Amino acid sequence: MQNETRNEQFHSSSVLGPLLRKLHVDIPLFIGLLLACGLSFLILYSAGGQESAILIRQATRIGVAFFLMIVLAHINPNQFHRHSALLYVFGVLLLIAVLFFGQIGKGAQRWLDFGFFRFQPSEMIKITTPMMIAWFVSGYTLPPRRKQLFLAALLIIIPTILIAKQPDLGTSLLVASSGVAVLFFAGFPWRFMIATGAVLSGLTPVLWHFMRDYQKGRVLTFLNPEADPMGRGYHIIQSKIAIGSGGVHGKGWLGSTQAKLDFLPESSTDFIFAVFAEEFGLSGCLGLLILYILIISRCLYIAVQAQDTYSRLLAGSLTFTFFVYVFVNIGMVIGILPVVGVPLPLISYGGTSMVTLLAGFGIIMSIHTHRKFLPT
Amino acid sequence: MQRHYSIKDPLAENRIFLSRVVASFIFILLLTFGLIGRLVYLQVAGHEHYSTMAKSNRIKIVPLPPTRGIIYDRHGRILAENMPSYSLELIPEQIKDLEETLERLQQLLDIPDEKIERFLKHKRRSKRFASLPLLLRMSDDKVAKFAVVRPYYPGVDVHARLIRHYPYKELTAHVIGYVGRINEKELKSLPVSEYRGTHHIGKLGIEKTYESLLHGQTGYSEIETNAQGRAVKTVASDDPVPGENIHLTLDVDLQKTAYDALEGYNGAVVAIEVKTGDVLVFASRPGFDPNPFVYGISSKAYKALQQSDAQPLFNRALRGQYPPGSTLKPFIGLAGLEYHVTDFYHKLFCPGYYQLPKVKHKYRDWKKWGHGSVDLDIAITQSCDVYFYDLARTLGIDRLHDFLQKFGFGEKTGIDLVGEKAGLLPSKAWKRRVKNQPWYPGETLITGIGQGFLQVTPLQLARATATLANKGKVVRPYLANKGYDPTHLVDGGVQQDKVIELDEKNVDDVISAMINVVHGARGTARRLKKGINYQIAGKTGTAQVFGVKQEEKYNEDEIDFKLRDHALFMAFAPANDPQIAVAVIVENGGHGGSVAAPMAGKIMKQYLMGPEPEQNEDIVNAK
Repeated sequence: MQNETRNEQFHSSSVLGPLLRKLHVDIPLFIGLLLACGLSFLILYSAGGQESAILIRQATRIGVAFFLMIVLAHINPNQFHRHSALLYVFGVLLLIAVLFFGQIGKGAQRWLDFGFFRFQPSEMIKITTPMMIAWFVSGYTLPPRRKQLFLAALLIIIPTILIAKQPDLGTSLLVASSGVAVLFFAGFPWRFMIATGAVLSGLTPVLWHFMRDYQKGRVLTFLNPEADPMGRGYHIIQSKIAIGSGGVHGKGWLGSTQAKLDFLPESSTDFIFAVFAEEFGLSGCLGLLILYILIISRCLYIAVQAQDTYSRLLAGSLTFTFFVYVFVNIGMVIGILPVVGVPLPLISYGGTSMVTLLAGFGIIMSIHTHRKFLPT
Repeated sequence: MQRHYSIKDPLAENRIFLSRVVASFIFILLLTFGLIGRLVYLQVAGHEHYSTMAKSNRIKIVPLPPTRGIIYDRHGRILAENMPSYSLELIPEQIKDLEETLERLQQLLDIPDEKIERFLKHKRRSKRFASLPLLLRMSDDKVAKFAVVRPYYPGVDVHARLIRHYPYKELTAHVIGYVGRINEKELKSLPVSEYRGTHHIGKLGIEKTYESLLHGQTGYSEIETNAQGRAVKTVASDDPVPGENIHLTLDVDLQKTAYDALEGYNGAVVAIEVKTGDVLVFASRPGFDPNPFVYGISSKAYKALQQSDAQPLFNRALRGQYPPGSTLKPFIGLAGLEYHVTDFYHKLFCPGYYQLPKVKHKYRDWKKWGHGSVDLDIAITQSCDVYFYDLARTLGIDRLHDFLQKFGFGEKTGIDLVGEKAGLLPSKAWKRRVKNQPWYPGETLITGIGQGFLQVTPLQLARATATLANKGKVVRPYLANKGYDPTHLVDGGVQQDKVIELDEKNVDDVISAMINVVHGARGTARRLKKGINYQIAGKTGTAQVFGVKQEEKYNEDEIDFKLRDHALFMAFAPANDPQIAVAVIVENGGHGGSVAAPMAGKIMKQYLMGPEPEQNEDIVNAK
């Protein structure tokens, strides 16, 4: 009954027309996403050297991504639930295929070329992994037991390692965290969590041993960027200069000097936050963070409102992963985390991450708009 | 939907989930505050720091090197200039097919493979849009050849740079010196901001002494650049101030006469304008071509210069230290007169040798059978050694030392060139200090004829001659007009003009004897008097390079050229109104009268009576 009143409130407050409702779109979330994409255009125009070509390409991608989101919002969550395992296995197979037949770009194998379009299976696995884990643990009584946790961990580790081998540290991190997030929302006992954390930090030297040279370099650089200012530390130093020189109020839109004069590498993609911070200052950054928090809040609200465990866990995990995106990207750009290739969600230039993210939001919308309301 | 039938408790599950959502939300907020904290640190606390860094990132200061001052001789002829040098430069970014372009250029301009290799090596280390030199110092011929096909070579161009050039080459090398690439040691002591953009610095000679004047002031251009360093636009600029031109007192015509006269010998000629101290001639032969030093002499060529027996890099006029031989005699004679130990007419019998009491050793006269009865006039005119042995013994080394010191022997003249040598004026104290030995009476005797420990530089001898001509007024020789301030003199230093207290009659007597050297019937330089309308006062000198043993006879023809005596001559003219003072030292020249004196005669004649026509042509050709 609580649900019903909320739903009625939602429907009555919706003045944006029956169309969106029919499309199974959650209006507050939709507005938040649109705002973020609007900001993306604004900042891309500046970071990309004020070329409309970049905007047009980005607009196309956003269009495709929104379309996919709405399509996914239409699908009943039961369908996701039913096909979780299948999609997961399919995703893992594609990842294996990438290792053998993948295209190499920027020194890493991430792409599968199907002739007419290129596809990054690691993007898809970002969604199918939490689906799989949610499907797996929701089949048992929560909180999950040790045996289930062990199996779930295995299911997480397989794609994580496959992606890390491409190598794509950022994505494997996101995939792992999306899976772990499901376990967390499922009631993964705190003491286990602490124990796992301890074991993982104990394994750091082992991990170090398996890291590639460039990954080691990134970590070392993160620890002391000034040691190699023209080499690996360059990214971090330049982005800190851009951000710091922005001050409280920023240099104003199109006022970025660091990005425009090419001092800041990848200013349109992974390091776009630095341009944003340079132009809009601390106040702009706070605004952007608030927008992110609002989007996250809405998604968590949806998760709480969800009617079955699977939906709840999936929505919670997708939301949390979204935050991990934000945190890892900004943390890297402002120099508190090592450089890993994670874009700023909804803002960075680039199609794949945008599509995956909005697909995730489509699933969340689907969860919210396909609820059944039992008569009292 | 569920695969297992287990007892599920939706309410409990909901509770767990809700608590986890709250926990995660708190976690998210905490991390977000962490981000905000870091942003505040960067954008509020670090704002100023990063703003400065952003600015220096963006604005690049490009130095605009000044044009180096030109060096002229006293008649305005250019001794050091800046010549455009053409180089073929390529901008890899603008060339479609670099390999093919290089191949075509190689064929067209006959470029050796090693230059292509060096270019490619250079290219790997440079930015793609930087202009890289392929050929340096292109001949006009090659410049013209390329100019014809230039439109077909986008990204390839001929650039002109200014390179220091010395048109008189070896003739003025020891005066002008040269500029060379700034080395690391110099870099440390140089004002960094002043020399940003300057690659060359005066290494020697006038180029070094007046470096700070010649260099000028570096200008700056503030250029906004992108990360690759490509200039986007000029924000501000401050034009460079070109270096000051320097006019030397040197007369290139006279310099050439002196240098040519020295042909066949190693030696030095210094001529000073008596009244002013202007150095008219400062020649040291052999010289060297300073031009290769500007763009970097090959180590092979440098080794050849360094190891040459003639020592072309050795500035004999400034740093050569020779026994003055008989050219010292007028000064010794004047000392005798000034200290009243003799008078002009006092006579002494010269048997051809001189002996100290109770000593067997014979101090020989150059004339084996002796000069017979000699007074000071004859002693100077015919250069009688015995007279001066006796006079030196009477004076004693201390008085000799004190008197000669007044004429500047044993100390630097303070000319505006670096690296001057002080020569050596021995004294009892000096010998005790340096050799830890007592002074022996015999050493006083040979000092009296300009031998022994005594050493002078050609410059010192010329200055002493000018001082004598000036009747005691010491002149300071200099090469650049007095208006300049030699700020870069490392050693030496400026001496105040001073006057030696002398009895004018004594000076006149000595000068009259010196006139007789040239104009007297038996003067040692009597050949000089031909064809001149003025009088010369001079003194020949022949300095021993090695000691002749007691019973041996020095035979010029029998001994090695390198052990032959140095020929010297000092003179000034006109004797009644001295204008020019000259000192000539010809290494292993043999006799002062026959070798050194004619050289000085030529210079004085040209200076006082004007150049002979064909010499003028030579100068034009040399240029």
